[in-house]
Amino acid sequence: MNDIPTVWDWTGNLLTGLRITLLVTVLGTILMIAIAIVLGLMARSRRIAVRGIARVVIEFFRGTSLPIQLFFLFFGLPLLGIRFDPLACGVIAFGLNYGAYGSEVVRGSINAVPKPQWEAATALNLSAWQRMTRVIWPQAIPLMIPAMNNLFIQLLKSTPLLYAISLADIMTKAEDFRKAGGDATLMYLALMVIYFVLAYAVTLLSNMAEVIAKTRLGQHAGLRSVFTFRKPKPAEEAKLVDASSAAGGPGGVR
Amino acid sequence: MNFDLEYAGEILPDLLLAFVQYTLVATLLGIGVAAVLGLLFAVIRQLRIPVLTQLLTAFIEFIRSTPLLVQLFFLFYALPGMGVTLSPMMAGVTGLGVHYACYMADVYRSGIDAVPRGQWEASVALQLPPRVTWQRVVLPQAIRNVLPSLGNYAIAMFKETPFLAFITVPELLHQAQEVGANTYEYVEPFALAGLIFLAASYPTALLLRRLERRLETR
Repeated sequence: MNDIPTVWDWTGNLLTGLRITLLVTVLGTILMIAIAIVLGLMARSRRIAVRGIARVVIEFFRGTSLPIQLFFLFFGLPLLGIRFDPLACGVIAFGLNYGAYGSEVVRGSINAVPKPQWEAATALNLSAWQRMTRVIWPQAIPLMIPAMNNLFIQLLKSTPLLYAISLADIMTKAEDFRKAGGDATLMYLALMVIYFVLAYAVTLLSNMAEVIAKTRLGQHAGLRSVFTFRKPKPAEEAKLVDASSAAGGPGGVR
Repeated sequence: MNFDLEYAGEILPDLLLAFVQYTLVATLLGIGVAAVLGLLFAVIRQLRIPVLTQLLTAFIEFIRSTPLLVQLFFLFYALPGMGVTLSPMMAGVTGLGVHYACYMADVYRSGIDAVPRGQWEASVALQLPPRVTWQRVVLPQAIRNVLPSLGNYAIAMFKETPFLAFITVPELLHQAQEVGANTYEYVEPFALAGLIFLAASYPTALLLRRLERRLETR
């Protein structure tokens, strides 16, 4: 009973914690994407009331800190008669906070689709719905993915907060281990490695999603080409260098 | 139960005191550490010193992909086992500083890359020693270009200071929780804490946007 546990003894506990962490990450990401799309579209509405509401919501959730939002949901709301279980609290807090950040990505990417594409869609007599779903969104999605990937990783990296709202995630299990007298250094290092691997997996998935989205636009040769080692020919390389130096130059960072 | 304005007024001074005394101090110190360390990282990577550059790149990637909270716990709970004991505030500032230095290193790098090649060549032509080239030619231009991005990371860091509450720094969130625990009324303290953050971060973000526009037009 009083044996000092090793990290190895704790594998089972860590795995059950990991399940909660992954569950909240996946659900939070889904909610975040939904909120990002809704708020992002609202923020570029022509009606000032709709745009105003979106801006207030976005600035509110971006400006007040995530841990405070989480604590408000968990400790504050029950006193106002609204009670969520810890898991729902985590998902809602992460979804709202990162959804607000994501809405700016959505808005920016839609605005980045070239104007002639909008005009061409109008000229072809497409309805507003067709224009968005068949012309604008397919081009906006590949633009969104890199910035969204950063937010997905940010969300994943926020999940240790769940430990503060009594949800038995992987961080909680690591804390139990420390309190049981285990070697904290090893455990935290193991935890960081686990998170590192998870973050890397998220990036891989995002890169795959980007390739798929670009393939549909005919801008990429498809997922299979990722695994080939064909080097660009010298002529292509020269063209690439030209293009990048033309895009770069002073002030081209942003 | 409703939002009790009188109670909110009573606890506001305590919260503001914790905010100024700990949150702001931690933010400013953290920004200082991150700005200096990030610049150092960026310059080392740019100099391409064989082994050091690769190690540093791996370190930066690792820190960026792991949660700040775990890093803070590592600094606060694991380091004493190795003979290094940091006060909560020290651990917090170190954690925030190193974490954001890894983000800022990339920002600096993009700024350094954006300095036109001609500037480097002119420095060589003028026989400026490397030190002067960096100090007087490259870095002033690079830093000016990336000031808004650095500012955005500073705001992001500010919003992550509540993480310090978990390593017992009595900053705003910690104070709010304590006040709430005394009276079992959590709504007002947390709502106020959130509003204080909003009141501080939103105007700063607006100022940054203006700075960005001014730098662009020049």
